[in-house]
Amino acid sequence: MVDVPLGHVGPVPGADIEDVELYHPHSWITKYVFAQDAKVIAIQYSLTALSVGLIALVLSWLMRLQLGFPGVFSFIDANAYYQFITMHGMMMVVYVLTALFLGGFGNYLIPLMVGARDMVFPYVNMLSFWVYLLAVLILIASFFAPGGPTGAGWTLYPPQAILSGTPGGQEWGIVLMLASLMVFIIGFTMGGLNYVVTVLQARARGMTLMRMPLTVWGIFTASFMALLAFPALFVGCVMMMFDRIFGTSFFLPAIVEMGQPLERSGGSPLLFQHLFWFFGHPEVYIVALPAFGIVSDLISTHARRNIFGYRMMVWALLAIGALSFVVWAHHMYVSGMNPYFGFFFATTTLIIAIPTAIKVYNWILTLWRGNIHLTVPMLFALAFIVTFVNGGLTGLFLGNVVVDVPLSDTMFVVAHFHMVMGVAPILVIFGAIYHWYPKVTGRMLNDTLGKLHFWVTFLGAYAIFFPMHYLGLMGVPRRYYEMGEMSFVPPSAHTLNAFITIVALVVGATQLTFVFNLFWSLRHGKVAGSNPWRATTLEWQTPETPPSHGNWGKAPPIVYRWAYDYSVPGAAEDFLPQNQPSAQAVSGEAHG
Amino acid sequence: MGSSLIFLAALLAIGIWWLSRQGLMSKPWLEQGVVAEAPFPRDFTSSAARMGLGVFLAVVGSLFALLISAYAIRMQVSDWRDVPLPKVLWLNTGMLILSSAALQSAWNAARKAEEDALMVGLFAAGVAALAFLSGQLLAWRQLTADGYFLTSNAANAFFYMLTGIHGLHLLGGLVALSRTIALAWRGAQPERVRLSVGLCATYWHFLLIVWFILLSVLTAWVGIALDICRQLLT
Repeated sequence: MVDVPLGHVGPVPGADIEDVELYHPHSWITKYVFAQDAKVIAIQYSLTALSVGLIALVLSWLMRLQLGFPGVFSFIDANAYYQFITMHGMMMVVYVLTALFLGGFGNYLIPLMVGARDMVFPYVNMLSFWVYLLAVLILIASFFAPGGPTGAGWTLYPPQAILSGTPGGQEWGIVLMLASLMVFIIGFTMGGLNYVVTVLQARARGMTLMRMPLTVWGIFTASFMALLAFPALFVGCVMMMFDRIFGTSFFLPAIVEMGQPLERSGGSPLLFQHLFWFFGHPEVYIVALPAFGIVSDLISTHARRNIFGYRMMVWALLAIGALSFVVWAHHMYVSGMNPYFGFFFATTTLIIAIPTAIKVYNWILTLWRGNIHLTVPMLFALAFIVTFVNGGLTGLFLGNVVVDVPLSDTMFVVAHFHMVMGVAPILVIFGAIYHWYPKVTGRMLNDTLGKLHFWVTFLGAYAIFFPMHYLGLMGVPRRYYEMGEMSFVPPSAHTLNAFITIVALVVGATQLTFVFNLFWSLRHGKVAGSNPWRATTLEWQTPETPPSHGNWGKAPPIVYRWAYDYSVPGAAEDFLPQNQPSAQAVSGEAHG
Repeated sequence: MGSSLIFLAALLAIGIWWLSRQGLMSKPWLEQGVVAEAPFPRDFTSSAARMGLGVFLAVVGSLFALLISAYAIRMQVSDWRDVPLPKVLWLNTGMLILSSAALQSAWNAARKAEEDALMVGLFAAGVAALAFLSGQLLAWRQLTADGYFLTSNAANAFFYMLTGIHGLHLLGGLVALSRTIALAWRGAQPERVRLSVGLCATYWHFLLIVWFILLSVLTAWVGIALDICRQLLT
């Protein structure tokens, strides 16, 4: 890159606004429990979400045990199996991935990366976490309620979700689930307002939108989408709550339950599906866009190369965000809706592949001739690209109506969405934790354990989900407690299922090395210093590590350049931090 | 889902217009130094609060657009029986308009630093809003007395739900309004009071517009208007 000085390059006088008044904690409780510092809230969010993730992981073990070895474990009956499936899905999608990316990474990274002292509404931000925790507790409580949690499947389709044939349908399960989701959405809205307004209003001097790291762009766009999409789930939950508690007929058609006709008529189950997927599809990208952003930064930093096509990357993020609101009905091809809708939604679905492919090409071109360091975060980032492409390609199949109809409700779909929005984002989350842990704690995570964790997780995920595609093509249905006598399913499918289960147990157990690493490195990890990855973005330039309350000491940083000045010719170091006035300053040469 | 898509399209238009002024075409890799000032509001707190309210209104708007979408989809089923709207709703509508107007006058008074007019406006707005809410409860009672129960038809259920959710939002607004009144009463900084009054007024106007839209949906005026348009087209 050539040094093109525009305007004054020399030191600029500090920002002429007074400091934003910060709430300073006075006691242990206000510092660590009812904290208003975004960094503490981020850690609270992350630890809660990771704990929920561990519960959901165990649930997936239990249902894999049933699928791999049907009938061996007497405590897993059909009801329990459906409860495990439902809770695993809902926990992972909403309470783990969404909360971790937006509540966890959003809270930690947005203020630091844009050079703000904190979120703009710290008190609301604190409330956001506590409301989220309440939602989690309500959800967990349903395990102990009479009848146990709901077993309606994570999509909660009525009418079955609120009928007595479904576990929790006429008991507490579904009520607690709906209540928990509504509370979660309220809590998220509080947080989301913060993330969006902080990006728009609290950026440091010189931090134009187009100088923001792609991580911030990803989280920002996803937060906006979540703010607009979650109301759809909220409306669905309110209406189903009315149906379940007051006996209205929003979703319940005239129906005979256990031989008894119910006093309902005219309700439209399809209406719920529209509402659910109007939230549900953007949700996929609410999880994916932060992952896209974070991966861009990981790749650029660890390949010591500026991101290829930064503008394209930003535009693609925005385009994906907008398009994701007009593809929802591709989840409903077999629901009996108007077939012409299917044509429209297949088209929009395939169009999304264009901006997504642009991003993938740009990641690969960033790597091209880069100085690739195969650090643990980089390994996870590279694994993400491969996995995302894999899962995305099967998405192209499923996006077509004629291909989707025979594959609908088979293991193929399970394999597809686990690859693209299960494994892929989780790989980014791991990569991001290995990347930013040194900033959060001041110490590095153990590298050997990290590599072990990576290889088992990456290869294991493929061993689990790759064969699942074949099961699906064979016609093995999803959501079935046991297959029984199905002539089209050969015995080899059962062997494959047992294999998948064993791998899943191993991969799940390996996550404990990660948990161990998180705690062990807290005291015994290598001391990191303020910028161990020699990265350019502002969070690595804080005066203290871990950053103290207020982030920037006396004066907030002034931003002189974009976030990707790696390997700039003529510069003394192979990276130029965003707050460094000129390339020559570091080398000590005179200003040209 | 038409109304939701229209709402989102409007937001998208605003978003594109706004982004187009943010230098999205710039080439950040060629630019150094403090080239373009990040938008630095002179009054940080107030502009963040206004922006926060704006985004929140987008969320609430999305919620109501989706509710109306659900209403439009569900009403196509043949068991739908329209609810005869109680007359008191028109009185309530008047109350809500009054409330909004009172807050607007309070805002104007706050800008001109006329403290008495400010307090009168704030209290009048609060009283009118409470009158609106009690009027809504009255409408519910009338409907149940006439046998239009929540469960007897989906149209009834929608009426209770839509008015209920709108009422809850106004109730939340009243909490903010009472805090604003307390602020003005204690004689806080005029700028701080002006900000709070302004935010309340904006929220009130928004809820008034939402109410007009809900009313036109519930009275089936929208349906009639759409039918006329359709006939004109064919």
